[in-house]
Amino acid sequence: MISVYYFGSISLILIGLYAVLVKRNVLKMLIGISIMETGVNLLLISIGYVSGKSAPILSEGIGPSQAVDPIPQALVLTAIVIGVATTAMALSVAVILYEKYGTLNVEEIRRLRG
Amino acid sequence: MLKRALAIITLLIIGYWLAQGLAGVPFGEDKMLVGQYYLDNVKEQTGAVNAVTAVVVNYRGFDTLGEVTVLFIASTGVGALLWKRKKERTAETQGSIVLTTGTRLLVPFVMLFGAYIFIHGHLTPGGGFPGGATIATAFLLLYMAFVQYEIPHKAFEKIEGAVGMAYVLVGLIGLAIGGYFLFDWIWQTWSFGTENIGRLISGGFIPIIYTIIGLKVGTELSGIIDNMVKEEVNE
Repeated sequence: MISVYYFGSISLILIGLYAVLVKRNVLKMLIGISIMETGVNLLLISIGYVSGKSAPILSEGIGPSQAVDPIPQALVLTAIVIGVATTAMALSVAVILYEKYGTLNVEEIRRLRG
Repeated sequence: MLKRALAIITLLIIGYWLAQGLAGVPFGEDKMLVGQYYLDNVKEQTGAVNAVTAVVVNYRGFDTLGEVTVLFIASTGVGALLWKRKKERTAETQGSIVLTTGTRLLVPFVMLFGAYIFIHGHLTPGGGFPGGATIATAFLLLYMAFVQYEIPHKAFEKIEGAVGMAYVLVGLIGLAIGGYFLFDWIWQTWSFGTENIGRLISGGFIPIIYTIIGLKVGTELSGIIDNMVKEEVNE
């Protein structure tokens, strides 16, 4: 039986992909991409989990044998920032699209382009 | 309708395929190879107690340098895409008195907390990126509450460039002293703060790097906010 965290992250990825495939509004597609990023990050973090262990901050009661894997957390720290950066870029492209074409519907933009 | 049904069927197939792949990865079991090495040696090798920040800054410092580069390119790209000859803030309604007064009270605390997060990156959860984002939140609050507010551009752009160069400079000093880029010279050559692991003055160059990253992320995200909030003004 698959773990609930894996199931949840796969569902998030699929929901995001559905939004990208089906929606016509550019902003809704960007929301879908953000949801996908969240799903991927959740998947990475949950792969690093070791049941019963605590966060990898070695303090008084927590030694090297009682902490979860620190590498996926470091990877996700990177991935989150990159997600924010790409989202900011895409949002400014959406602003320019609306200024140029007066619509955010991808099908209409394609038609206007000829 | 047909399109949606097709999409859902395709997605279900993809989901089943992903779930099949993940069925071989047991949840909650110890899968650490390199991770255990990091956990065992993080205190002696880097002086930090927070293993995640040690991995991010020390063991895999190139990742962080690339990440900062990505963020810098994104901020520059947003600036280039939304570049107009004359841009001003065109918000028409001032925030209510409760909002403006509350913002005045809150902003120093938010900034202090952001600085706390990135200075204590080697001891507590967080680090440069969350701390920088918190500082950018303070500027976002100012933008939302006041009609006329603008970040001090000259200072911000100079800080952004200077801290970016400082990061590379710290790495280059490591190259000169220890033989490779981003070598932790403060910890491994000077042994600075060796006896007080777990207190503020420890952790080699992690607090320094994280202060640099925090300032960089804070200024860059504030710059992105500034670019997005402004609109073109016809003369």
